[in-house]
Amino acid sequence: MDPIHQFEIKNMLPMMSMGRHDISLTNSALYMFVIVVLVSALFIGATSRRAVIPGRLQSVAEMVYEFVAYTVKSSAGNEGMKFFPFVFTLFMFVLFANLIGLIPYSFTVTSQVIVTATLAVTVFLIVVIYGLWTHGLHFLGLFVPKGVPKLILPLVTVIEVLSFLTRPVSHSIRLFANMLAGHIALQIFAGFVIMLAGLGAVGWFAAVLPFAMIVALFALELLVAVLQAFIFTLLTCIYLNDAIHPGH
Amino acid sequence: MDAIALTTAAKYIGAGIACIGMGGAGIGVGLIFANYIAGSLRNPSAAQGQYLNLMVGFAIVEALGIFSFVVALLLLFYFK
Repeated sequence: MDPIHQFEIKNMLPMMSMGRHDISLTNSALYMFVIVVLVSALFIGATSRRAVIPGRLQSVAEMVYEFVAYTVKSSAGNEGMKFFPFVFTLFMFVLFANLIGLIPYSFTVTSQVIVTATLAVTVFLIVVIYGLWTHGLHFLGLFVPKGVPKLILPLVTVIEVLSFLTRPVSHSIRLFANMLAGHIALQIFAGFVIMLAGLGAVGWFAAVLPFAMIVALFALELLVAVLQAFIFTLLTCIYLNDAIHPGH
Repeated sequence: MDAIALTTAAKYIGAGIACIGMGGAGIGVGLIFANYIAGSLRNPSAAQGQYLNLMVGFAIVEALGIFSFVVALLLLFYFK
C-alpha cells in the first residue's frame, strides 16, 4: 500500500529534448492540455449563441463570469478588472485541475508543487513588477503601515517585508498540500478496503467501513477542490489589490 | 545501531511528532464554525451573507493544519 505512487510523473513520449533539457510530454503536461481543451470548449461552446436571454449552458458561463468578476471587484476594486482575464484563467485552470484529479485513475496536476509554485510565483512577480512599474518606489510604502508608533516602526517594517516574501510560499503550498493530502487519504482508505477484503468472507463485511469512509472523503474532496480554487483566486485578487492600491 | 537505521527511526518519530500540529488546526476550524453557528443563531437573516467569509476562513485555517501534514510527508518520503 503506497499512497505516494499515484503522484509519479510518467513520460508519455520519451523522444523530445531541446539541448540538454528533456521536454518530453509527461502525464502532467498531457492533463494540462486536457484542462485547456475542456475549459476552452466549455466557454467557446457556451457563448457561441450569444443569446440575450441565455440558455442553460450560457447561464453557466455567465454565472462563473459574474462570480469571478464579483471576487475581483470586491477585493481589488474596479481598477482590478484589468487583471480579470488573468484571474479568470487562473480560477478555471485550478478548478478544472482539481476536479479532473478526482476522476479515478487520473492525475491531479495541482498536486505537483512545481505547478502550484509556478502559479504562485507568477502572481507574486506580477504584483511586484506591476506595483513598482505603476507606483515606483511609493509601492514600498506597503511595508510601512500608517498609525504605528515610531518606536516599533523598524520592527514592524521588517515583519511586513518577511510576511510579504512568504506569500508565494503559503499561496502555493496551501493548494498543493490540500490536493496532496486529499488524494493520499483516499489512497490509504482504498488500501484498507483491499487489505480487509483479502481476509475472507468476514473481511468483505468489514471492508464496507473504509469504503463508506472513501465516499465521505470523496464528498469532502469535492468541496475542497472547488473551495481551494476559489481561495487561490481570492488571495490572488487580494495580492493584486496590494499592487494596485499600495499603502494601508 | 547503524547510522541509516537511526536516521530512519528518527524520520518516523519526527513524522509522528509533526502530526501533533494538526490539533491546533482542528481547534481553529472548530472556533470558526462555532462562532458562525453562534452568530447565525442570534441573527439568522445575516447568516447567508457571511457564508462566503465562513468558507474563506475555514480554508485558510485548514491550510495551516495541512502544512504540518506536509512536514510529516516531507520527512517520510523526501529525506533519505
